[in-house]
Amino acid sequence: MNLLARYAECIFWMARYMERAENLARILDVHETFARDTRGATNWFSIVQLNADEKDFFSRHDRPTAEAVVHYYMFDTQHPNSLISMLRMARENARTLRPWISTEMWTQINVFHNKLLEMNGKDVALPNLSKLCTWIKEECQTHTGITEGTFYRDQGWYFYQLGKYIERADQTTRLLDIKYHTLLPSPIEVGSTLDVSQWTTVLRSTAGYHAFRRVYPRGMSPTTVAGFMMFNEGFPRSVVMCVRQIDGLLTRLKSRYNLRGGNEAMEKVDELLGALLSRPIEVIIRDGLHEYLDWVQGQLCGVTDEIGRAFFGQDTVVVAQTQSQ
Amino acid sequence: MSVPEGKATDLLSSYDPGLYHDELFGGHDCPAEHAALIRQRLAGLDFAELLRRSQDAERELYNLGITFLVYSDKDAVDRILPFDIVPRVISAREWAHLEAGINQRVTALNLFLHDIYHDQKILKDGVIPADLVLGNGNFRPQMVGLDVPFDTYIHIMGVDLVRDRHGTFRVLEDNGRVPSGVSYVVENRHMMQRVFPDLMQDIGIRPVDNYGHKLLDAMMEIAPQDIGDPQVVLLSPGTYNSAYFEHIFLAREMGVPLVEGRDLVVENDRVYMKTTNGLARVDSIYRRIDDAFLDPRAFNPDSMLGVPGIMEAYRKGNVALANAVGTGVADDKAVYCYVPRMIKYYLDQEAIIPNVDTRICREPDALQYTLDNLDKLVVKPVGEAGGYGITIGPRASTEQLSECREKLLADPANYISQPVVDLSVCPTVTEDGIEPRHVDLRPFAITGKNTWVLPGGLTRVALKKGTLIVNSSQGGGSKDTWVLERGVLEGGAS
Repeated sequence: MNLLARYAECIFWMARYMERAENLARILDVHETFARDTRGATNWFSIVQLNADEKDFFSRHDRPTAEAVVHYYMFDTQHPNSLISMLRMARENARTLRPWISTEMWTQINVFHNKLLEMNGKDVALPNLSKLCTWIKEECQTHTGITEGTFYRDQGWYFYQLGKYIERADQTTRLLDIKYHTLLPSPIEVGSTLDVSQWTTVLRSTAGYHAFRRVYPRGMSPTTVAGFMMFNEGFPRSVVMCVRQIDGLLTRLKSRYNLRGGNEAMEKVDELLGALLSRPIEVIIRDGLHEYLDWVQGQLCGVTDEIGRAFFGQDTVVVAQTQSQ
Repeated sequence: MSVPEGKATDLLSSYDPGLYHDELFGGHDCPAEHAALIRQRLAGLDFAELLRRSQDAERELYNLGITFLVYSDKDAVDRILPFDIVPRVISAREWAHLEAGINQRVTALNLFLHDIYHDQKILKDGVIPADLVLGNGNFRPQMVGLDVPFDTYIHIMGVDLVRDRHGTFRVLEDNGRVPSGVSYVVENRHMMQRVFPDLMQDIGIRPVDNYGHKLLDAMMEIAPQDIGDPQVVLLSPGTYNSAYFEHIFLAREMGVPLVEGRDLVVENDRVYMKTTNGLARVDSIYRRIDDAFLDPRAFNPDSMLGVPGIMEAYRKGNVALANAVGTGVADDKAVYCYVPRMIKYYLDQEAIIPNVDTRICREPDALQYTLDNLDKLVVKPVGEAGGYGITIGPRASTEQLSECREKLLADPANYISQPVVDLSVCPTVTEDGIEPRHVDLRPFAITGKNTWVLPGGLTRVALKKGTLIVNSSQGGGSKDTWVLERGVLEGGAS
């Protein structure tokens, strides 16, 4: 059966927004945990930097207090990267897709969105933040479970998975980048109790601590944690794992449904995967982890653009317009 | 009014429909024996329990997103159509009568449309004033001389029926363009099955859930004949349309893509949709867009919702449209008055379901009568939908009446007048207990090669006490409509 280009795009973005919402909850949760550690002075502003939201944030807030940042990322409807905005976008896409997706998928997103809408300021008070983040993660995981159990496996499924893995790879790079923005560790602090506990928190935020320990039973260093989150072949949120998925999905999508487009997207993914596998983490950290993560994010944007051009109808529109003139 | 207390109290014991015909009790001289068992079950329920179930049902409708968008000055809000859990019941005998009447009406209207877009015999014979048809804004010259499959123009028809004090069903209005509401018929049934299985048990209610199949069958029948496996789509104005839920519903039920104008292109007078693999041919379109917005080249040039060139593809027979272009002239409120004469003219039959007695204010006598009896009549503009612009004489203030008089005198041709119909009532859950509320009925008919009438229809209920206007835009709700299987409860139940 044919898949409408616009539907493919909506599926892709619905998956991305749900994945993004889950990761935002994880990022907020990490910061809340940082705030509870011995030093207490968490730099909430790092979330703003992480998402490059500085300009928009300061247009409405004077100072990056905990309350301001949390509200900005949870309930600010004017802010496109807030949780409520992501859910609104996910819901809008799901609403458009209702003829295509299961009623259970739609209902869960709709109820999730409506519950968020009904919440008031009290719920975001810092003592409740962790609980709230847990709830959001669980709702997102419920979505994932319902999708796995009910999404009809045709082209649409591939676009869903593509959206999910591209977003997840991107978000893992941002989570890793937290350490860069939160504390630029002075040489003395590297390896200190605080440093180790913060790396542990980053790992835990991706539910990766137990897996990491299986690979590295003893010790923990920025190098091993970053390497694990970037390159581990078995960790479901590692960048390499996600990019390998994207690669396989594009190949199968094209071969199974005889789709003509998509070669450029596949080339971009090959290029990214090649680069990821070519340099050890020690070298990357020496040359600058932050810059490297930026580059990966840029490549993922490039893949998204190529997928859009190949499958979401931009090209057809251009052709149709030229022909009608 | 007090809430009936305790189990001993019959929930319906203080119920009083007054002088109106009641859909669950019947009329004074025609008790509804077919509904006896349902009444008995309802009466035995606990009111608090009934309220709880009612709230559950509305909560679920909201969660499922069975909503329509209401636009206020600030933004758009998702609202559910309020749902009342006391059903409206129609006996098998009553339904056989309605079904025949709707069939007859659809047939006559299709004959009328074919006639006015071909030989115009009915105009030449003076049965309907020619200027009323040819001067009508919804008459489409582009359709003149064009043949459509099976001569069917109105593939999907909704007929608004009301029931007077004597229990006689009458046609209040025809909807032959893009009638909406059928999704609620099916969803209301699903809702009742979830929240009220004990009320429905062993009643023998005719199912409504095959509407989608019937619609798809018709859409396939009317597709261009050289296509083996026609691609059907539903064309919607998009997510911001207030009836978007219904578009989703119908696309799902038919298993066809829900497209918007921007998803379609016309090349060489053929219609295509944009897919992940380029353009794919489209053969049959259930469009939920009015004629005026369908094709900016043929109609309103500012329309962003439509598909440039689609009218030419349609004229060439390369794509089917349902409903056909130009049906608006048949469901016009002024043309409505002539439908009984149309039935006589084309079918040589009397109308099985009569009209409400209607006067056309473009005729001097009728205008004079209307002006003389303004306080007793309902005055309606012919072009408006959704209950807007209506003046109900007996309930209007002196100011409203004089305003209405001015409008009538300024543009008499824009108005019709009707006596106030004593809409029937049906027991309805209110905060104060079960009370009578006015209802209407909109059955739906699908016509491809033949006509099929969905057993049931949308029962709309005016939830505000005493109100006669049932439109969802004006505070109306809906009920499940049960058409009983023949013989099951006919002639009384123990």
